Amino acid sequence: MLRESLSRTRQAFIGKLTAVFGASELTDDTWDEVEALLIQADLGVETALEVTQTLRRKVSSEGLTTRVQLKTALKETLLEMLPEPSPLALDEPRQLSVVLVVGTNGSGKTTTIAKLARRFADQGRRPILAAADTFRAAAIDQLKVWGERVNVPVIAAQPGADPGAVTYDAIRAARARGYDLLFVDTAGRLHTKYNLMEELKKVHHVAAKNVHEAPHEVWLVLDGITGQNALQQAKHFKADVGVTGVIVTKLDSSARGGMIFSITRDLDLPVRYIGIGEGLDDLIPFSAPDFVAALLD
Amino acid sequence: MPVFEGLSGRLQDIFKDLRKRGKLNEADVDNALREIRLALLEADVHYSVVKAFTRRVRERAVGVEVAKSLTPGQQVVKIVHEELIRTLGHSGQLDLRGNTPHVVMLVGLQGSGKTTTAAKLALHLRKQGQIPLMVAADTYRPAAVDQLVALGKQLNIPVHEEGVDRAPTDIAYNGVEKGKRENASLVIIDTAGRLQIDPDMMDELVSIRDRVSPAEILLVADAMTGQEAVNIAEGFNNQVGLTGLILTKIDGDARGGAAISMREVTGVPIKFLGTSEKADGLEVFHPDRLSSRILGMGDVLSLIERAETLEIEEEEALAMQQKMRTASFTLEDFRKQLKQMKKLGSLNQILEMAGLGQAVDQIEPEALDRQLKVFEAIMNSMTPHERERPRILNASRRKRIAAGSGTSVQDVNQLIKQFQTAQRMMKKLSKQKLPANFRGLLG
Ligand SMILES: Nc1nc2c(ncn2[C@@H]2O[C@H](COP(=O)(O)OP(=O)(O)OP(=O)(O)O)[C@@H](O)[C@H]2O)c(=O)[nH]1
Ligand SMILES: [Mg+2]
Repeated sequence: MLRESLSRTRQAFIGKLTAVFGASELTDDTWDEVEALLIQADLGVETALEVTQTLRRKVSSEGLTTRVQLKTALKETLLEMLPEPSPLALDEPRQLSVVLVVGTNGSGKTTTIAKLARRFADQGRRPILAAADTFRAAAIDQLKVWGERVNVPVIAAQPGADPGAVTYDAIRAARARGYDLLFVDTAGRLHTKYNLMEELKKVHHVAAKNVHEAPHEVWLVLDGITGQNALQQAKHFKADVGVTGVIVTKLDSSARGGMIFSITRDLDLPVRYIGIGEGLDDLIPFSAPDFVAALLD
Repeated sequence: MPVFEGLSGRLQDIFKDLRKRGKLNEADVDNALREIRLALLEADVHYSVVKAFTRRVRERAVGVEVAKSLTPGQQVVKIVHEELIRTLGHSGQLDLRGNTPHVVMLVGLQGSGKTTTAAKLALHLRKQGQIPLMVAADTYRPAAVDQLVALGKQLNIPVHEEGVDRAPTDIAYNGVEKGKRENASLVIIDTAGRLQIDPDMMDELVSIRDRVSPAEILLVADAMTGQEAVNIAEGFNNQVGLTGLILTKIDGDARGGAAISMREVTGVPIKFLGTSEKADGLEVFHPDRLSSRILGMGDVLSLIERAETLEIEEEEALAMQQKMRTASFTLEDFRKQLKQMKKLGSLNQILEMAGLGQAVDQIEPEALDRQLKVFEAIMNSMTPHERERPRILNASRRKRIAAGSGTSVQDVNQLIKQFQTAQRMMKKLSKQKLPANFRGLLG
C-alpha cells in the first residue's frame, strides 16, 4: 500500500536511479549522482555524503561491480541507519496512558490523532481525545468532527482556554469514565517561539503531575515535505518536551521523507508511523525496509 | 558566541588570505562556489536549481575586478547576492486592475497555510482600501469552513459559505456573484489543500478557475518545504497556471530556499511572506531580504520595519530602532529587553530576525532561562548610571554588584562580556544599508 502510493510519482526519480545503477562501470560521476539522488530525497548534504562514502567503502571492500549489487548495498547502508526501535511505551499495561502530539503548524497533528484513535480502538483500547489546541480558529470543531467519526469522546473547553487546564480535564474525564488512552491534540507551533514552547512545557507538566510517568509517549508530527528544517524541529521539540518518536505525514505526496535519516541518527528518535492520506485508515506503522524500498525501487 | 555561521562567515575564511588580489580568478571563485553550493543546499534550494545558479555566478564572477572598497569575499558575496535577488525577482504586487470584484484564488498542499493566509490577505488589502469578501470552498477538511468563518468574524470581514455539501466550484461561483451584488472589490477564495499529483483534485481547481476567472491564482507554500518544492510548484503551475507565490511560516528558522526553487521553475513572482500566526502577519515580499536570509546573513531590515509598524509599545520600539542604528545600546536597554522577553519572547524573535537566531539556538532553553534570571538580578543591583555606562564597571563595582545580587563576580563578568558582544553585533548590523547590506559583515 505504501509502495503503491509512494510509487505514483516516483517515475522521474526512478528514471534517474536506473540511469545511475544502470551504468556499466562505476566512475567518479556515479558517486556524484548517487549523492545527488540522496540530496533530492531530502537526506541533506551531510547525510548524503556520509551514505555515499559508506557505500563506496562497501563497494571496494566487497568488490561489487554490478548495478544490482550497488543498489542492494545502498539499501543496506540506508537500513543500517534506521535501527529497530524499542517497543511502544503504550503497550505496557496501565490504567491510563497519555500521548502528547506536537508539531509545527499544519503538519497533520489533528488528522493523525483521529487516525491513531481509530487504530488503537480497533486494537481494543479505549481512546479519548483532549482538544488542547485552543488557539487556532475552529481547531476544536475540527477535532470534534473527527471524534464523532471515530466514535471517541473529545474533551474540550472554550477557544482561548488554557491548554493545560483542558489536558487536566481530559485526564479526569478519562479516569472517571474508564478510558485508557488519552491523545492530547496541541496547537501547531514553530519550535523557535519561546513563549509557545513554554506553553507546551506546561501541558507536559500537567500530564506528568497527574498521571504516573506521563506523558508515556510524545510524538512529533512532521510534514513529509519538510526539508532540512526538520532536524531543527525535532531537536527543539525533543529538548523542550522530550519527544519520544516521530510520525511523518503526507508521504502520499511526491516527497520522499529523507530527512528522517539525520533525525534518527542525530537525535536517536524512532519513526513510529507514517501518514499516507487524509482518510482514517491512512496511517501505517513505520517499517524501515518498506521505507527504504519505497525510496529506491 | 558564534553568530554568523552562514555563508558570509565561511567565505570570510576562504578569502582571508586574498585581500590584495586584483581580479577574481577561477580557483578563488570555485572555492567560494563550493561553499555557496553547500549553503544553498542546506537552505533546501533544489539540487538542479543550485547547479544552474552556481553556473551563472561563476560566469559572472570569474575575472571580475575586485572593487577598491571591497575584499574578494565581499565581492563574491555581492555577486551571489545580486544573482540571488535577480533569481528571486521583483517584489510582487497583486494585479488588481480590470473589473471588480477582483478574484484571488489560493491554492496549495494540505497544511501550507491557505486559510490563515486568506484572512491575512483580506486584512492587508482592506487596509489599502479594498472591500474584501472571503469564500469558503474547502469542503473537505473537517471544520475548514468554520475556521474561515471564525477568522472573518474576528476581523469583521464577510465570508460566503454553503456548508460542506455543495460542490466547491459552485460555492466559488456563488461567492463571486455575491461579491458582485454586495459591491465587494475583492473576492478571496480559500480552496482545500491538495497534492499536485492528485488528478481529480487538480481538475477541481481547474474547474473553479474556469468558473470564476481569477485575476490571481496564488500558490501558498510552506517555507520549510524541501527538495519537492520544484515538483509542487511545477505541478500547480502546469495544471492550474499560477500568477504568484506566497511563502508561509517564514517566522521559523527555515532558510526558505524553496522560494528560489519555486520561483525558478515557475517564473512567477513571490508576492507575500507569512510572518506570524496573527492576522497582520503578512509582509510584502522583498527579494533582497529573502536573499540575505537564504545566505544566512540575517534580516535587519525586516526588524527595523517591524519595529516601525509595531503597534504595541511603539515608542519603545522606535527608541530601540534608533539605538540599533546608532549602536548606543546600553545595559539599561538590555535589561528592558529581558523584561519584555519574559512577556513576549520578543528578544528571541528580534534576535531571530536579526539573523542572530543561531546564537540563541545553541543555548539550552532551561539554561537560558536560568541565565536570564541571573542577568536580571545582576542588572537590578546596578545603579542606573552603571547601566547607562557599563564602561565604568571596575573590579570593586563588580564585586559590590555580585554581592548585592547574590551572584558571583564571574557571573557579572559574563554578563558584561555577553552584553559587549551584543553591542558589537548591533554596531555591525547598523552599518548594513541596502543595496550593499552585507557591508561590514565581512573582512
Ligand atoms: N495527503 C495527506 N494529507 C494529510 C495527511 N495528514 C494530514 N493531512 C492533511 O493536512 C492538513 C492539515 O492537517 P491537520 O491535521 O489539520 O494539521 P495540524 O497539524 O493539526 O494543523 P494545525 O493544528 O493547524 O497546526 C489537512 O488538510 C489534512 O487532511 C497525510 O498523511 N496525507
Ligand atoms: Mg490541529
